[in-house]
Amino acid sequence: MPKDHGIGASHKRREDVRFLTGAGNYTDDINVHGQAYVHFLRSDMAHGKINSIDTSEAEGMPGVVRIFTGADFEGVGGLPCGWQVTDKNGDPMKEPAHPVLAQGKVRHVGDPIAAVVADSLEQARTAAEAIVVDIEELPAVVDMAKALEAGATKVHDDLDDNLCYDWQFGTDTETTDAAFKNAAHVTTLELVNNRLVANPMEPRVAVGDYSRANDEHTLYTTSQNPHVIRLLMGAFVLGIPEHKLRVVAPDVGGGFGTKIFHYAEEAFCTFAAKACNRPVKWTSTRSEAFMSDAHGRDHVTKIELALDADNNFVGVRTDTLANMGAYLSTFSSSVPTWLHGTLMAGNYKTPAVQVNVKAVFTNTVPVDAYRGAGRPEATFQLERVIDKAARELGVDPIALRRQNFITQFPYATPVAVEYDTGDYEATMAKMEELMDIPGFAARRAESEKNGKLRGLGVNCFIEACGIAPSNLVGQLGARAGLYDAATVRVNATGSISVMVGAHSHGQGHETVFPQVVAEMLGIDESMVDIVHGDTSKIPFGMGTYGSRSLAVCGSAMVRATEKIINKAKKIAGHLLEASDSDIELKDGQFTVAGTDKSVAWGDVTLAAYVPHNYPLEDIEPGLEETAFYDPANFTYPAGAYACEVEVDPDTGKVTIEKFVSADDFGNVVNPMIVEGQVHGGIAQGIGQALLENCAYDENGQLLSASYMDYAMPRADDIPHMSNYVVDHSCQTPCTHNPLGVKGCGEAGAIGSPPTVVNAVIDALHSGGHTHVNHIDMPVSPSRVWAAINGQ
Amino acid sequence: MYSFDIQRPTSVADAVSALGAEEAQALGGGQTLIPTLKQRLASPSVLVSLGAIAEIKGVCTGDDGALCIGGGTTHATVAKEASAYPALAALAGNIGDPAVRNRGTIGGSLANNDPSACYPAAALASGATIVTNSRSIAADDYFQGMFATALEEGEIITEVRFPVPEKAAYMKFEQPASRFALVGVFVAKYADGVRVAVTGASEDGVFRWTDAEAALSSNFSADAVPAAPSGDGMISDLHGSGAYRAHLVAVMTKRAVAAAS
Ligand SMILES: Cc1cc2nc3c(=O)[nH]c(=O)nc-3n(C[C@H](O)[C@H](O)[C@H](O)COP(=O)(O)OP(=O)(O)OC[C@H]3O[C@@H](n4cnc5c(N)ncnc54)[C@H](O)[C@@H]3O)c2cc1C
Repeated sequence: MPKDHGIGASHKRREDVRFLTGAGNYTDDINVHGQAYVHFLRSDMAHGKINSIDTSEAEGMPGVVRIFTGADFEGVGGLPCGWQVTDKNGDPMKEPAHPVLAQGKVRHVGDPIAAVVADSLEQARTAAEAIVVDIEELPAVVDMAKALEAGATKVHDDLDDNLCYDWQFGTDTETTDAAFKNAAHVTTLELVNNRLVANPMEPRVAVGDYSRANDEHTLYTTSQNPHVIRLLMGAFVLGIPEHKLRVVAPDVGGGFGTKIFHYAEEAFCTFAAKACNRPVKWTSTRSEAFMSDAHGRDHVTKIELALDADNNFVGVRTDTLANMGAYLSTFSSSVPTWLHGTLMAGNYKTPAVQVNVKAVFTNTVPVDAYRGAGRPEATFQLERVIDKAARELGVDPIALRRQNFITQFPYATPVAVEYDTGDYEATMAKMEELMDIPGFAARRAESEKNGKLRGLGVNCFIEACGIAPSNLVGQLGARAGLYDAATVRVNATGSISVMVGAHSHGQGHETVFPQVVAEMLGIDESMVDIVHGDTSKIPFGMGTYGSRSLAVCGSAMVRATEKIINKAKKIAGHLLEASDSDIELKDGQFTVAGTDKSVAWGDVTLAAYVPHNYPLEDIEPGLEETAFYDPANFTYPAGAYACEVEVDPDTGKVTIEKFVSADDFGNVVNPMIVEGQVHGGIAQGIGQALLENCAYDENGQLLSASYMDYAMPRADDIPHMSNYVVDHSCQTPCTHNPLGVKGCGEAGAIGSPPTVVNAVIDALHSGGHTHVNHIDMPVSPSRVWAAINGQ
Repeated sequence: MYSFDIQRPTSVADAVSALGAEEAQALGGGQTLIPTLKQRLASPSVLVSLGAIAEIKGVCTGDDGALCIGGGTTHATVAKEASAYPALAALAGNIGDPAVRNRGTIGGSLANNDPSACYPAAALASGATIVTNSRSIAADDYFQGMFATALEEGEIITEVRFPVPEKAAYMKFEQPASRFALVGVFVAKYADGVRVAVTGASEDGVFRWTDAEAALSSNFSADAVPAAPSGDGMISDLHGSGAYRAHLVAVMTKRAVAAAS
């Protein structure tokens, strides 16, 4: 019987009632009395030297409050990067200035040049058209390889070149080279991990407010992590101490990583609210989102896999160019390094793994974490090259993977992480069962009857989630701790508010977190509410990304609840005239063990706040506890995915006929929500694999700047639910957090792209197109057709 | 959006005179024009909405048996009511999404003549007549290249007359992002021959593939469709090269012939 309450119950999401009935409170719903609106004048050139900006005419236009340019932000800090990567020579990465408004140069289409604050948005736009900017166009660097050529135009004149860092990681060169030299077979693959735009349904919004009365700033913003924004913007950009700066991220309509980062518009609105003595609001248009939200992925990689004569993996070596864009976004530097290199062992016991990454500045929008962040890039290369190796060697791709699986845990990889637990065989077997692999041949024959080519693709993946142990990431260059925090406030009548550092922007925390607390206390879930997204209400937590909410913040919440239980037992012991060590808590009742003497949860909570009969000499009144939790290790969700595609050889169109995921997320609190997360993640992965393509031309013009050209996955791109099976029944609980949970938010987006591409290649080979070893994503109809026809 | 005045005349005559004003522009369903205004890419001083003109709405059959569609008729209405011409109804029912179909009009689509739009292929393949407030224009004379038509300033499409073919089908291969036609082919078989019109492919906008027309007029079968036309002059962009589009022209023509009913 599935549970109907507490941990394990598939409750519908309580927050959906307000979202689906239009009662949500998104940042754009927030209007502060007297607010003005800002319109950013953005560069339409990819690269140029600003000779002059003349705002004089615009300043006199109707409704204009004030016009700002880069000059207004001299003396103000630039947008900081939160992760210092050290290159292979021991030198720190290059960290060019990232001004709030462009200073001296514009470096990508969309770079803000000036900001017009006016009584209305239309007035601001009209005035912006009257600003006269003289920009001398410079050649743009777009292609990463060209950007690294000697004599290439420099994105940042104060740097020697366009190289941010040259990073090497994992097994030393000598050992790696030896592994390749002694190998019986080496498979090499060059591939691109396509640049993506995150496209949350809600575009970014910022509202800055300033109170002269007490010198307090408030920023309402679409953020996944309000405390991170408060820290970065307060300490590094505007110099506002924490107690004078409140950051509120209310209902947020999807993030997918791109709302982690601290953006210029947030700093601008906060700064301008004080400068204008008026609240200032900015709402991104969708067009602005395409050219100002941090993009994702954009790696160009050569990967080599060495195998011995028995098809055991003996070495992996990668060479990656990672696009940083024009500036370093908040966590950009960590994505191609620590979030990518550490996963290059995958699910396999390869003894030598070496990762080489050059990060490159180009005249494009900054690139940063996007659902999966680094881990999809790692998985894609590895699982594509394994598939290619299987084909070259004429062995079954499932058997080749299986043979090389890590089977003993804990397992220390050559790339610095230690997997605590896992069972890759179990998820593989589950996937095979759900996919009905033996039935594939018949399904292929059926497709062929209809003139279609059918392919089967499989894939395994591992990810490092529950980000992250602070001391470890500190050694790796993180400029922040990555713990989280929760305060459990029990009210007098027994209801509970839990203030959490995690932020829910689609994940369903408001439903899931109460399931845990209610289970621990044996009370009804409706008595527990979650408070998040406001630095003035919640303890200092690091927010939500990297599939960390339940594993890290949930752990803090468990610890705080444990403290509550300990204290409540003392109170109950006093009321029951027994030793607190004899008190048991079950179903919301405190009972003296072995007796029928008990008090109810509500009696104890009331006593805590009305302490008439209370052990005041031993414990304080009240019932509120906070815990900070710093994880001992990452968590390592893993899984085996498979899909079947049909390729129309006449048009090149790929359709996904069936998709199966078998994930190991450790313990699961709300199965329905987990399944929803995986469904969504796979849909995004299918988007990357088949549709999404953020493309620039050689002059740095964004070609896919709207939904007319940027293809998002839609319902009919995803297999019907009857052929879209997400399973999480294989569970090896995490060994080091109290709930034994691993995190499920990114898995789908990590595991699905190589699954799809592997299936397409399989289909093409079945049709005799054996010259096609790879097609770069998105595997669009035109690319498939071109590959088939050798074009 | 820049500010503008809006007028809602209830007759064609009033609309024509309203459009005589300086920088006046007709507003159909607004599915193309409103996004353009929002991006400040157009700045009419007066928008003359055609939405209240009953005489240019609806579907009927003319004395000569042609299907007559009012210029202000929405795609949704055509999808529902053009059952006399099933291929045309199906085309209309597959434009955009329900919101677009409930607002967008055939007149707006033909006036705009987007090189990837669907209706131009139907009008050209059917040898339709585009009727305006002042004249009748044969489809062969009407389409004059990407976004270019025979319409004069202020001229309103009041009706489109489609001779109903014996058999027809429209095959649209969707551009993955916009879902407009990457290549769309409309094949219509009449007693006196076959017409084949292609949208989405050419840099010159919708065109008739005369080689295919000749071949299909003597043998209306998918096998008769000639080899793909040359890719020269075909649109080449993020979504496909000219060669790919040319290839799709042949594939979609075959499929349209096979599907024609
Ligand atoms: C999301 C989306 C998807 C779409 N998908 C498709 C698709 O798959 N296939 C497709 O073919 N189209 C598609 N369209 C375009 C759609 O069909 C539009 O409705 C059509 O192109 C314009 O018609 P409208 O009535 O909205 O015209 P408007 O936008 O109001 O006007 C367009 C132009 O036509 C002029 N005009 C309007 N009516 C008349 C008239 N009666 N006489 C003279 N001039 C007139 C206007 O002045 C303007 O210049 C899509 C649009 C959207 C927004």
